[in-house]
Amino acid sequence: MISLAEIEKVAVLARLLLTPAESQQMTEQLGKILEYMSLLNEVNTENVEPLAHAVELTNVFREDRVTPSLDREMALANAPHRDEECYRVPAVLGEV
Amino acid sequence: MSLSELTASQLLQQLREGRIKAVEVVAHSLRQIDQYDPTVGAFLRVNRDHAFAQAEEIDRRRSRGEKLGKLAGLPVAVKDNICTQGEPTTCASRMLKRFVPPYDATVIARLKAADAIIVGKTNLDEFAMGGSTETSALGRTCNPWDVTRIPGGSSGGAAACVAARMVPLSVGSDTGGSIRQPAALCGVTGLKPTYGRVSRFGLVAFASSLDQIGPLAQTAEDCALLLEVLAGHDPKDATSIPQPVPPFSETVRQPLEGLRVGWVREHLGEGVSPSVLAAIQEAIKVFQSLGAKVEEVELPHARYAVATYYIIACSEASSNLARYDGVHYGYRTDEKAMLAELAEERRVLQQQGKSEALEDLDTALVRMYRKTRAEGFGAEVKRRIMLGTYALSAGYYDAYYLKALKVRRLIRQDYDKAFQKVHVIVGPVTPTPAFALGEKINDPLAMYLFDLFTVGTNLAGLPAISIPCGFSEDGMPIGLHLQAPPLEEETLLRAAHMFQQVTDWHRRRPPLLDRQAVAT
Amino acid sequence: MAEQPYTIVIGLEVHVQLLTESKLFCGCSTKFGAPPNTQTCPICIGMPGVLPVMNRRAVELAVKTGLALNCEIARFSKWDRKNYYYPDLPKGFQISQYDLPICRGGYLDVPSPNREGMRRIRIIRVHLEEDAGKSMHDEKAGRADSRIDLNRAGTPLLEIVTQPDIRSPAEAKAFLTELKLLLNYLEVSDCNMQEGSLRVDANINLHIPTEDGQYVATPIVEVKNMNSFRAVERALTYEAQRQYEAFLETGHRLGDVPKQTRGWDEDAQLTRPQRSKEESSDYRYFPEPDLVPVTVTDAELEALRQQLGELPADIRRRLQETYHLNDYDSDVIVNQGRAFVDYFCQLADTCGDGKMAANWAQQDVLRTLNERDWTITQFPISAAELARLLCRVKSGELDTAKARMVFGHMVDHQATVDEAIQSLGIVQVDETELRQLCAELLASNPKVVAEVKSGKDKAIGSLVGQAKKRNPHVNPARVKEICLELIRQETT
Ligand SMILES: [Zn+2]
Repeated sequence: MISLAEIEKVAVLARLLLTPAESQQMTEQLGKILEYMSLLNEVNTENVEPLAHAVELTNVFREDRVTPSLDREMALANAPHRDEECYRVPAVLGEV
Repeated sequence: MSLSELTASQLLQQLREGRIKAVEVVAHSLRQIDQYDPTVGAFLRVNRDHAFAQAEEIDRRRSRGEKLGKLAGLPVAVKDNICTQGEPTTCASRMLKRFVPPYDATVIARLKAADAIIVGKTNLDEFAMGGSTETSALGRTCNPWDVTRIPGGSSGGAAACVAARMVPLSVGSDTGGSIRQPAALCGVTGLKPTYGRVSRFGLVAFASSLDQIGPLAQTAEDCALLLEVLAGHDPKDATSIPQPVPPFSETVRQPLEGLRVGWVREHLGEGVSPSVLAAIQEAIKVFQSLGAKVEEVELPHARYAVATYYIIACSEASSNLARYDGVHYGYRTDEKAMLAELAEERRVLQQQGKSEALEDLDTALVRMYRKTRAEGFGAEVKRRIMLGTYALSAGYYDAYYLKALKVRRLIRQDYDKAFQKVHVIVGPVTPTPAFALGEKINDPLAMYLFDLFTVGTNLAGLPAISIPCGFSEDGMPIGLHLQAPPLEEETLLRAAHMFQQVTDWHRRRPPLLDRQAVAT
Repeated sequence: MAEQPYTIVIGLEVHVQLLTESKLFCGCSTKFGAPPNTQTCPICIGMPGVLPVMNRRAVELAVKTGLALNCEIARFSKWDRKNYYYPDLPKGFQISQYDLPICRGGYLDVPSPNREGMRRIRIIRVHLEEDAGKSMHDEKAGRADSRIDLNRAGTPLLEIVTQPDIRSPAEAKAFLTELKLLLNYLEVSDCNMQEGSLRVDANINLHIPTEDGQYVATPIVEVKNMNSFRAVERALTYEAQRQYEAFLETGHRLGDVPKQTRGWDEDAQLTRPQRSKEESSDYRYFPEPDLVPVTVTDAELEALRQQLGELPADIRRRLQETYHLNDYDSDVIVNQGRAFVDYFCQLADTCGDGKMAANWAQQDVLRTLNERDWTITQFPISAAELARLLCRVKSGELDTAKARMVFGHMVDHQATVDEAIQSLGIVQVDETELRQLCAELLASNPKVVAEVKSGKDKAIGSLVGQAKKRNPHVNPARVKEICLELIRQETT
């Protein structure tokens, strides 16, 4: 249903780091689940419009008005790594 | 009569009449928590001092004759995936263990405006992903009726605290059955409103097109009381329905005339345990005795609901949970250790001369993300993220995600057709009563299949309620499921109330309460 | 332009920030230049539990842009999530539009850079999306580290994608100039590249003719990092030549190698390959469940169309037809914006001389605006008053040099023409008095008169000098005119 290599690819896409054992287990479990999901193949969905929203509303807007922003200290309060002004992360530009 | 015998509506009556004080109600609630929660584990946090202070304030205001909110003085428990300003909101995840929202969810603001007293935050499956509350990374909740069994989930704490009479009212969330299923397994009443009836603003998203906040309580009458406060249009939620909220707490007591009740053959067949089957059939007879017409309806695509649901829910979840990356809030992996590990991997690859693998090696940033998420999320959350990422990825989108959206429409159309014939559809909430803790934790598919009667409601965006309707031979509660067309919460509540007027399943108390009460 | 042995094929992807007060999904201000992370809230930080609600104005601006670009406006459009991880993208996805953009098709007519009429550049689509925050690289912390500012996160952006219809770097620049002008007129965006409110990426390759009359296409390269319209032109010029040389060297054709992304290095004046990870292109688009679709009715479209006002191309045409301006003059005036055009038209109408109004508007008025960093709305001289000054010049009452002095005084003291003339002590010489003076000069200078009669009009110059000595207030041009006139009268 799904190969170990695919699982490893998806893990990168999902930004998860799996141990070899986890990857193995994930391959088996997702394989079983996907196999069950192939049940949907027996449903004829020709000419059926997808339904993405349970309630089909349209045109919900807010007016273009400025409301107060968070105090910076509040905004940054939950950040795992920060300085006075900004969030900090390992370099976004490639190499370490 | 002990305070824990009283329903929320009765407590409210006594509070209004000045026969009891809010501080007494809160003190009782906290006593119950002290006594039973060490065993049950419903709460992740209890807000003792604040609850008392609030109760005193309400009593003061009442004595001054001020106008008070609809829930003034009633203790309410809130599922810990609903944001509370200045108080941790963890989603029972390591990822958000220390997250303190700088804002209140709309439902919290409404509860506060109604002078409800939020006594604490209840346990759940991590990010509401699970049906047993076992995937919580922060605590174990068990079923008050039998502590070796699951309370259900994901709102396991929310249901268990009502069952153990710790609070009269509890707020949960339901994405695929997460209110109704634990309500059924814990012997309480739980309602999942129409999608869009209650604002989702501040509910930590699992699957945005399916999530809905709703009430849990002992009775339908109490659910009506709480729903009336929770529901209503919210400009902060674009999917919120701009419709007025009926006065549920007033209309709930009006019996329904000419009620037409539908049942579905597949829901009363294979895979449903004999005790559940018997209880449901008995419940249908109760409705008949109340003058309802009962007839069979068809939901031909119901058997595809679980597959459809898990594709859509996991796809949305994979995107909703992308924000937990260790940058702006929440958990982050130990950066020094992570960098050292990466350097070591690089050294080894260089030594082995594997230039291609070296090229593919994560950057520090990517590795920070991956390690943070690997450590911050539990197994079930990771499984769903993987599943959803796969279902949305290039080459699989049409086969899984798009296909599921199409089947979703067929499921919705089935309901539309059925509701041309009947007002409500009844059936079981779960195929069996609560199973043992640990029983299905290593078999995700079995766990998913346990949701087969509840997920269709969410896919179609319908309201549904679970009410106690019997017990298994080993004394575990069984829930009756009533589903109705969009915005027909009132019908559900009135039908459920009619049922509860002539049955007493909802009044039964877990033996634990009496046993321990005797012991103390 | 030198003949190249190839055709350049360019398509542009332009992002412009919309001129809304608040962000696309929350009430945070979009003002540029605030200290880092002071314009954020739970919604634009993407905190758990928050939901987006669409800014009505942003949708209106997107539709107006589509109308002005002659696009088909979608009667039904929806929002999608584009999933990718980046620290300045707090939700881990960008809310954008995938398969049902708000505008499709369309075109923009651009004045050809070598002034050979207009070039039509077709537009593929225009869609609305949210901007990301900013990542700033910081090495002073002892190790490589980035700082994240989310002030910009959630600012409404319009993405405008052209067909590969552009045939030269100069044309790319001309397209951007015209687009910027249009969006300025629509008040959709200020398109300020320095502040990042306009960003552009270019896809470029070459069609190299072969002996059999066909051509080979070189691999398409996406060029990023261009920070000014000039940079766009230079980067594309460089890149075209680079691709040609690379083709001669490698023979690589379109499809032989994966699409490359290159960044423009302004200091080195060259493009360099940028690293891009393969998997990052799987964006897993799916419908945004938290937002509902947008529908637009005919009536709403018509109402927005009414709000467009006269667009630059129409104004240019009108200036040329009504005031007989040439391409250059009409361009300069239109480029100053709607208020300036209005000022010019009033000036030209009142003084009755389009060419003269154009000269004054472009030279004196514009120079003053630039020097003082004013906009036309801050300019102290009304068009009517300036027209009064121009009339005096036309009638010969003032020479240009004096008129400039008067103009300067009017600007500095917010004075009327009359007030300025008075304060400057400019004595206007009466016409009769002037004629009298000229007659006297001619009488006492028969030699000059004779020279003029023999066809040397220039000889009159010496009379002008004498006239100024006798009355410093005379208008030299007028002295010349009157003298010549008198001599001619004498001969006939
Ligand atoms: Zn904001």
